[in-house]
Amino acid sequence: MSVYQRNMSLTGEPPKALSRSEKVASAIGMIGLFILVLAFFNVNLPWKGAWLTASLVLICGGVIAFAKAQYGNKQAGIKNDGVWFKDLSSRGFYGWVLAIFLTSFYIVLYFYAELLGQGANGASNTGLIGLFDPLSYLLKGKPASQWFVYGTLYTVAILSFGIKFIWKYRHNSYEVIRTGSVMFFQTAFAFFIPEIMAGLNATKDLPYYDLKNVWPLNYYLFDQWNIDQLLANGSLGLTMLLFGIASIFVITPILTYKYGKRWYCSWVCGCGGLAETAGDAFRQLSDKSTRAWKIERWLIHTVLVFAVISTVGVIHSYLGNDGKYWLTATSFLISVAVFLTVLFALIWIFKRDELQQDAKYGAIGFLVIILAFIAIHFMAGTESLFFFKHYAVRSTYGFLIGSIFSGVIGTGFYPILGSRAWCRFGCPMAAILGMQQRLFSKFRITTNGGQCISCGNCSTYCEMGIDVRAYAQKGENIIRSSCVGCGICSAVCPRGVLKLENGPLEGRINSKAVLLGQDPDLMELLSGKK
Amino acid sequence: MEHIVIIGNGIAGVTVARHIRKLSDKRITIISAESEFFFSRTALMYVYMGHMKFEHTQPYENDFWSKNRIELVHDYVHTVETTAKKVHLNSGRDIIYDKLVLATGSISNKFGWPGQDLEGVQGLVSKQDLEQLEITAPNNKICKRAVIIGGGLIGVELAEMMASRHIPVTFLIREKGFWSGVLPMPNAQLISRHVKSHHIDLREEEEMAEIIPDDSGKVKAIITKKGETIPCDFVGLCAGVRPRISFLENSGIELQRGILVDRHLETSVKDVYAIGDCAQQREPVGERKPIEAVWYTGRMMGEALAQTICGNPTQWNPGHWFNSAKFFDIEYQTYGWVWSNPKEGHAHFHWEHEDGVRAVTIEYDVATRKFIGINTFGIRMKHEVFDQWLTDQKTVDEVVASLKEACFNPEFFNRPFDLIKKEFQATQNATA
Ligand SMILES: Cc1cc2nc3c(=O)[nH]c(=O)nc-3n(C[C@H](O)[C@H](O)[C@H](O)COP(=O)(O)OP(=O)(O)OC[C@H]3O[C@@H](n4cnc5c(N)ncnc54)[C@H](O)[C@@H]3O)c2cc1C
Ligand code: SF4
Ligand code: SF4
Repeated sequence: MSVYQRNMSLTGEPPKALSRSEKVASAIGMIGLFILVLAFFNVNLPWKGAWLTASLVLICGGVIAFAKAQYGNKQAGIKNDGVWFKDLSSRGFYGWVLAIFLTSFYIVLYFYAELLGQGANGASNTGLIGLFDPLSYLLKGKPASQWFVYGTLYTVAILSFGIKFIWKYRHNSYEVIRTGSVMFFQTAFAFFIPEIMAGLNATKDLPYYDLKNVWPLNYYLFDQWNIDQLLANGSLGLTMLLFGIASIFVITPILTYKYGKRWYCSWVCGCGGLAETAGDAFRQLSDKSTRAWKIERWLIHTVLVFAVISTVGVIHSYLGNDGKYWLTATSFLISVAVFLTVLFALIWIFKRDELQQDAKYGAIGFLVIILAFIAIHFMAGTESLFFFKHYAVRSTYGFLIGSIFSGVIGTGFYPILGSRAWCRFGCPMAAILGMQQRLFSKFRITTNGGQCISCGNCSTYCEMGIDVRAYAQKGENIIRSSCVGCGICSAVCPRGVLKLENGPLEGRINSKAVLLGQDPDLMELLSGKK
Repeated sequence: MEHIVIIGNGIAGVTVARHIRKLSDKRITIISAESEFFFSRTALMYVYMGHMKFEHTQPYENDFWSKNRIELVHDYVHTVETTAKKVHLNSGRDIIYDKLVLATGSISNKFGWPGQDLEGVQGLVSKQDLEQLEITAPNNKICKRAVIIGGGLIGVELAEMMASRHIPVTFLIREKGFWSGVLPMPNAQLISRHVKSHHIDLREEEEMAEIIPDDSGKVKAIITKKGETIPCDFVGLCAGVRPRISFLENSGIELQRGILVDRHLETSVKDVYAIGDCAQQREPVGERKPIEAVWYTGRMMGEALAQTICGNPTQWNPGHWFNSAKFFDIEYQTYGWVWSNPKEGHAHFHWEHEDGVRAVTIEYDVATRKFIGINTFGIRMKHEVFDQWLTDQKTVDEVVASLKEACFNPEFFNRPFDLIKKEFQATQNATA
């Protein structure tokens, strides 16, 4: 195998270099980026607003021109030619360069914002962040922050690469509509609405609140400062808080039941939005091995447990038992414990057979841990929950999961781990939605009788590392907790085998010994009906 | 313990092995010269096009085989000695079997064209063909033009492969429209048009007369039957495949075009079976050809034979015919039989969308109105539903009226079934 591959790359020189129009497009985008670099190095640019506009327009223009060069003069259809020959999309040298660049950017963003020019203690912004001041003043009448810069660039990336993605998949209405949706939610909900609301005179320090960002993805929703600031904003803040809680307990379960986790992960979510647009060139890099699947299940559920514990700890710590809030710490803890136990009991009673063996062990193990922690707390009765100071748990979570995992590794490593490493291995929201998708949802990917030719396109292009082919070639529905319903497996299948569907719960999980097209008697025999 | 030896690790050989393992504890050995592990032959094109790496074409992880106690031998069988129940390998090793399964697949057809063995002339069937292709036609500097012979499924795949590397292609087909020996003419012409729209120089009713070498014995040009010389650096022979059976010539196993088998897939020699591309039915099943070089047949024969080998004698008795392919950007599916010309007493209903990439052709019996089969282009259909309709012997009117139920297009796709219904009504009224 390895010899064979090497031979191929020595002799084969498929066209992988950029065409002239692609080079021009890249240059345009690079100039846009270069303006940001200049600002970063504190080159004092006059008319900041104009430079910023120029930069963002050039970046968008470059990406769109690149899309036109790639897809404009080709017919609608699958556009994966040369993906594994191109250095950037096959973990080659430039892939690593990009990964290192992105990773460094995230480290600076999260931990060294002063390098980006964040003005400390009321001093005015300089550098890159200073460049974004005019836009920030325009939207909310306040200076920019590192998060404003990040949010703007993030939105620009989703919009421009979203257009590229739509161009690429213009023959596929599902992809077009879905991408339109993530572009809309990012621009409106994550960017304009919160930024503008934060600037309204009527609101007092209303915290930035992206309404579509649901706990536990939005892990600081229940932090004391956030709650207090929301509550300080009267009925508006209260409504937002209640919406946040309703999202967790009502909206999310209903939509996930009807459509699977895709309604969130590949139609609404910002992390998913970036992965689907800017990350699209790297989707094929996800690891498809069963070993990776095993790591995925352990890691993502551990993060979920961590998220639950840290959130519970934080809430518990500020609730107190002195009646400052209507809920006391003790009654809160009891309700959480009761809620989790009931939830677990229901799963255990109704869905035991559908859980795989190790999922059962995992569920039992984790539940025991949570209950044990809570019990220990009652026995200790001190102010420190779970042996640590609560905010230490919370800030460890924020550091490890919120910053390192989701940003530095999740996005920085797009060119190495594929576009959905965070969504697959780390996101606690995805873990919850996934559990529901596996156990209690109408969503499934159906396979078309016996038509699969085991070619492997579906598995290769699944960004979640699902070995779709393993199911398709057996004629089994694909019901995996990690599937985000991006629809790409269905799009790339050359034989029309896969279809994302919402249907009745009965017969959703099917396993067939023999595929359609065979002798009907033999099929019955093998499926045990005879 | 009974030892089952399988020659060939393609879909047929691997399927029979997997199913024997499910049903029994027998010792299983698979011998193959082509590759260490099973890979999907149908995906070779995507490796050349850069959609996948070779390892992505392997449907099972490498440790699958040892986990399932299936021994793999990467070697070539040069002789089968049926009297001693032994196969002889190139390495000098002999393997003794209790039952032997021949699943040796196909090689490209060659019809004795002058120059057919020159350097730069090849087919596309094996992994080695793909490696050779990387040497002969890695890019459009080394390969300035490719000529492809034979308008079948592999030919059009090869054309698409070449096009992905910007190599100019001349594509010679004998028929009036692409694959029109199988597709009804309107379908064939639709595909011809589509192929041409991808800048392929497709020449209908044109055949190759000979291949001309340069001084070093490499192909330099071809000459067509009409006398035209076309300079090229590569000639792709895609005029069909035939069973790979030459090593069996003195084995005593009865051969014709393929390895002759009865309905239990057993050859003329006891305990020797043949499945997949290399098998030839003594009595063809239904309307099927005696040799079916398609993926699905290999798989289904494997499933059936595993039963027989594990003590439940099972005839090869496949269900309704189905198949699929992709011609550049147009997906094709078929269920039941649609002949290039309607069989006696049958008629065709054609519908084509004005976009030129979606079409449907239905064959039906004029007198009884029984639905015989459907070809769809650019529209995905449900296998299960058509299989049921064929079993239930639905009429063409019922089928056309309920096409929507059989649709397998992704969500939000435009579904042209009302247009199809309308046109069907119109044609029926016109003939009535
Ligand atoms: C490019 C291409 C595209 C195709 N696309 C489609 C498609 O889309 N749909 C479809 O239905 N069909 C398609 N086919 C046909 C399909 O791939 C074949 O029908 C199928 O692979 C046959 O499987 P098999 O197991 O019979 O033989 P094979 O897959 O050919 O396997 C036979 C194996 O046996 C080995 N072997 C033979 N003799 C010996 C020996 N003496 N010693 C050791 N090893 C030996 C060979 O090297 C080979 O590895 C395609 C074929 C090709 C070439
Ligand atoms: S489902 Fe489609 S893409 Fe996946 S292996 Fe089968 S034929 Fe290939
Ligand atoms: S299985 Fe298909 S729809 Fe689900 S994540 Fe993978 S590629 Fe997307």
